[in-house]
Amino acid sequence: MKNKDPRLLLQSAPLLRQELTTPAAMKDVWIALLPASCAALWFFGLSALLILSVSIAGAVLTEWVFTDKEKRRFALSDTSAGLTGLLLGLTLPPGLPLWMAFLGGAVSIGLGKVIWGGLGTNIFNPALLGRAFLLGTFPIAMTTWGAAGGPGEFFQIHSSNLALPFMQGQYDALSAATPLGLMKFEHQSTALGALFMGNTAGSIGETSSLLLLLGGIFLLLRRSIDWRIPAAIFLTAALFSLIMFISNGDVYPSPLFTLFSGGLLLGTFFMATDPVTSPLTPKGCWIFGIGIGFLVVLIRLYGGLPEGMLYAILLMNAATPLIDRYTQPRIFGRKG
Amino acid sequence: MTNTNENSKTHSARSQEPGSSRLIFSMAIAGFISGIIIISIYILTFDTIKENKARELREAVFKVLPNVSTMQKLHFSEDDSGADNKKLMVVKADGMDDEMMFAGYDQQGKFIGYAIQGKGPGFQDTIHVLFGYLSSRKNITGMEILDSRETPGLGDKIFKDMDFVGEFINLPMVKNIKAVKKGKKSKDNEIDAITGATISSKAVVRIINKAFNKWSPRLPQQGNEPVLAKTVVTKESGER
Amino acid sequence: MATDITAYEEMIKGLWRDNPVFVQVLGMCPMLAVTNSAINAVVMGLATFFVLVGSSFLVSSFKQWIPKQVRISLYIIIIATFVTVVDYSLLAMLPAIHKELGAFIPLIVANCMILGRQEAFASKHNVKYAVMDAVGMSGGFMIALFALGSVREILGVGAFFGVDLFGANFEPWVIMILPPGGFLTLGLLLLFFNWFTERRRQFLDKVAEAERVAVAGVDKNG
Repeated sequence: MKNKDPRLLLQSAPLLRQELTTPAAMKDVWIALLPASCAALWFFGLSALLILSVSIAGAVLTEWVFTDKEKRRFALSDTSAGLTGLLLGLTLPPGLPLWMAFLGGAVSIGLGKVIWGGLGTNIFNPALLGRAFLLGTFPIAMTTWGAAGGPGEFFQIHSSNLALPFMQGQYDALSAATPLGLMKFEHQSTALGALFMGNTAGSIGETSSLLLLLGGIFLLLRRSIDWRIPAAIFLTAALFSLIMFISNGDVYPSPLFTLFSGGLLLGTFFMATDPVTSPLTPKGCWIFGIGIGFLVVLIRLYGGLPEGMLYAILLMNAATPLIDRYTQPRIFGRKG
Repeated sequence: MTNTNENSKTHSARSQEPGSSRLIFSMAIAGFISGIIIISIYILTFDTIKENKARELREAVFKVLPNVSTMQKLHFSEDDSGADNKKLMVVKADGMDDEMMFAGYDQQGKFIGYAIQGKGPGFQDTIHVLFGYLSSRKNITGMEILDSRETPGLGDKIFKDMDFVGEFINLPMVKNIKAVKKGKKSKDNEIDAITGATISSKAVVRIINKAFNKWSPRLPQQGNEPVLAKTVVTKESGER
Repeated sequence: MATDITAYEEMIKGLWRDNPVFVQVLGMCPMLAVTNSAINAVVMGLATFFVLVGSSFLVSSFKQWIPKQVRISLYIIIIATFVTVVDYSLLAMLPAIHKELGAFIPLIVANCMILGRQEAFASKHNVKYAVMDAVGMSGGFMIALFALGSVREILGVGAFFGVDLFGANFEPWVIMILPPGGFLTLGLLLLFFNWFTERRRQFLDKVAEAERVAVAGVDKNG
């Protein structure tokens, strides 16, 4: 409300306010994701741009359809739906048919958020729920990876992107194995330099460790995310894979490979730290992070899938209410 | 709702308590009648069910062993003397157990090959495989999945994907076969796995290897194959 | 007894208003387990139909002779007998489908919808009403099974009753024929059903309100 006469400004108790609103927090995440999204365009060209925009469109459109008319402008103005779409898009393979990306965006918001009651009420991270749905529904399309190209191939769109709705993508001979897939099925390691820069096959937004780290550090400096969760995930994953690496270096990957390959960085900074689906208490954050770090290595090394970040985070999301309950600080003067 | 009269009904029923003999009597009558019905349906359907099962198995055997028109079951067990040396015996028992395999013969009753079964863990549940084996040429002649609960649309390609099934036709079985990634097949004893169903494909290969390694030392020497007994199963008539 | 309700109404209520799946949320186990194709759903529906109608008929006919202390055991004996009959008949006649339905045919015994109908309805009403109620309830169950099975088969395989719908290039939604697809589809169907019922109620309320106003207006004028 605008007051015409400043002398008549009346305010009640909290006179100092922190200007951290939902849109502002979302803006930080958008900025932090910018480098990784640019890397996606650099490595995967126009295909990446198409997938990102379509999955954002799917998410925003679903939010628009399922929100009350009166609340629509408010619900869309915090840009959280678009952010969910972007996060989902970054976890998709570059050759995915666009209609699947759209469906994924719609499922993320529809089944991941709206159905639970909207922003702040969902149990699972919406973007990951959308990815889990796509992975379960189209397992082959979701695990067919294109090799990373350079800027020279920017305008080459994968023919499989343009499949008609409900139809299979026609894959051009671009199939490449991700570093994790190579590790799991062929026991081949990928050079750390390539992993760090991002010149490998994989989901469009997960390959460049450097730029993801940049975004993550930005979020940490802005205090948009709790530092305990990434710290716990990194330490646990590194420690666990170090133990395995020492026990049998031929079969198990090194800790650095574990940290820089697959979706670990993307998931750690941008999905595990989602304030809605992660614990509230400091102690809870540690437990949550340790759980993810342990599960991701466990799934990668012993599971049927090469990558475990998705299910590690979703499982710990499910455990979050329980963690919150058991780590609630004791009220002063009462027995626990 | 429909239960508006519930209360009035239960009140009147509570007035007289039946003795326990009456309770036992009514239970016994119900059990008796139910037993009679169940036994009669069992007898009525018994033959058809048995025939269905036998036909399923027979068709599988004839499918994995080409040019075979008669088969008999072989059981790996002690012979009548009861001595310790186990060997393959011709049996005509119903049903099937893990120590059983099949021998196929052509129309003249000449021995053609064996159909060997194997079981093992797949992606979700046990896969039951039957494969034909020509001992003279050391060839696998075909593979059939008898039972599996693999993921529909992915793992079930082990019997729906004809390219994969076709790889087991005339597959040399000198040493163990191996599943490799699709398109990477370079040696005779390698099998292209199904894209998206690597685990199920590898499971099939592993089961075949295991069953082969278990049975090949038990097979009699060439020329010593079990002769066709008189009561046998043929393609046309079923069990005689 | 229920003189104001006709037998026809007893039947029709099970199909929609008191639908055992969408409204009473009963019989979820077969509902989720065997609806990965339309034909499985229909066979399961028919099997349940046979068991429910048969046992309702028997329970209602013999209700005077069933002592209430052992009634549950007797209902179970009756239901189990019918289930065994169905089990063996299917095994003999449709071995392929029996293999797919697997353990869920014997598990019809444990379908709480069936026992619930005996306890709540067939044991208190005469044969005509009991049978009509059983027909309606199992019909409603079958409708629900069929709806779920159709959605899951069309999306999950791209076919309907095994007939290919979309051509070879169709990308099947694998999750739909797996258990999670069952939960998802059932949840969405329940959502749709509740939404529809709610909208209908609101509409009827509005009509009633308009009528009341109109009547009041007429009264005032007259």
